[in-house]
Amino acid sequence: MTASDSTPVPIATVEAGETHLRTAYEHPWAVRFCHWLNTVSLLVMAASGLQIFRAFPSFGPKIPQHDLLNVPRSLTLGGWLGGALQWHMTFAWIYVATGVFYIAYQVLSRNYRQPLFVRKDVAGVWPMIRHYFFFGRKPAQIEVYNPLQKMAYTSAILLGLLSVLTGIVLYNSVQFSLLATLMGGFHWARVWHFCILCALLLFVLGHLIMVILHGWNNFTSMLTGWKRNPEYLP
Amino acid sequence: MPGSPKSAKSRSLNRRELLKLSPLLVVGAFAIPRVRDPLLTAGVSFTDWASAKWFRRNHLAPTFADSELTPLDKFYVNTYDVDDPDVDLEKWTLIVSGDVKRPGQYTLAQIQSLPKLTQNTRHICVEGWDVIGRFGGVRIFDFLQYVGAKPDAKFLHVECADDYYESLDMASALHPQSLLCYEMYDQPLTRVHGAPLRLRVPTKIGYKQAKYLTSLRVTDVVPKPGYWEDQGYPAYYGM
Repeated sequence: MTASDSTPVPIATVEAGETHLRTAYEHPWAVRFCHWLNTVSLLVMAASGLQIFRAFPSFGPKIPQHDLLNVPRSLTLGGWLGGALQWHMTFAWIYVATGVFYIAYQVLSRNYRQPLFVRKDVAGVWPMIRHYFFFGRKPAQIEVYNPLQKMAYTSAILLGLLSVLTGIVLYNSVQFSLLATLMGGFHWARVWHFCILCALLLFVLGHLIMVILHGWNNFTSMLTGWKRNPEYLP
Repeated sequence: MPGSPKSAKSRSLNRRELLKLSPLLVVGAFAIPRVRDPLLTAGVSFTDWASAKWFRRNHLAPTFADSELTPLDKFYVNTYDVDDPDVDLEKWTLIVSGDVKRPGQYTLAQIQSLPKLTQNTRHICVEGWDVIGRFGGVRIFDFLQYVGAKPDAKFLHVECADDYYESLDMASALHPQSLLCYEMYDQPLTRVHGAPLRLRVPTKIGYKQAKYLTSLRVTDVVPKPGYWEDQGYPAYYGM
């Protein structure tokens, strides 16, 4: 595949007159703002959610109760169920608002093409996995994100959406009874809500590992928007 | 190229871009206890407000077949201090007060003279577990008509034999499935489940289903919405 095949390549602006510095503007302000705000709210939602889970750490019946796991207090927020509910119900709005703002920005600015996993990316996923896990040759980086990255980011957004939908059912299973039915009822919505948390935490873990492997420039680009010496620039 | 003019320019550019993220520091308010507590209270109130806005008077809670019922002995008994507050069932009356035309003491027989509704609905505890139970009683709607409650009153406040107290917004109280419940599983309420009378509101979370009712007040103001609410739980918690 040549660079001209993929329209948005690279979706980043090379700083005019500084070509020899090889810097590219990868992340617009709105994306960086949402990234860090969501970092906070995702952590708050996860930690307060785990505190809520501690009140009944099981997916079985109440009688007899078989605890699935004992979440360490150090991973939780809120101190007790009521405190955790306050954090959860407050940051849920920040979490949702961030998501709405992010998606609106990405669509309106057409910047969604940078992270969105689309059909043409499918073929590139396996070569990246082979490279990362099975010592395969590194595929040429022609866009800001490689196909595997796009798949991960797109999945994370979908998981975020599902976390909200399952959460709405947990909070209000009667008014949202149609949504509840789609999820298999209140009981299953609680299972899905927890599974989505696990998947999101796995994403965060993988994300952190990749950022560490790719170094300081990768990290600072999410702070300033500018990436020095990106691989896809000539 | 450290020290070169170009790199200095790029550093100032980076600083500028970084400063653009400074609005994020507002979130730091949640780290200051004196600011955090009112913010969290406001967050819960906003959630309550949104939930009340979303409430549809005639949207029914799902009902279930008898085969889906949780057996009564698997229906967890949750209380805040005692399982059985020793209500004298012989002498019990419900004291009705507030904005009603006919305040006074009502016997269980008087309450039971109103049309009875029996339904299998899901009871969800704020802790996360849920059971499906069979509940029988009179519609709160019917009882409030019976005592001549002011039609536009805002709240229903109840007190219990175990010193528990609760309140319902009137829209939820008047929902066609909201009951003054005196039967579970076609038997009179057992003492641990709130004999002789309890609330059963399938559009509300578990802690709002007060047991062992002793008094009921129709009012526009509730200084203390409920026992758990006063510890920090959401006051509305609609479903």
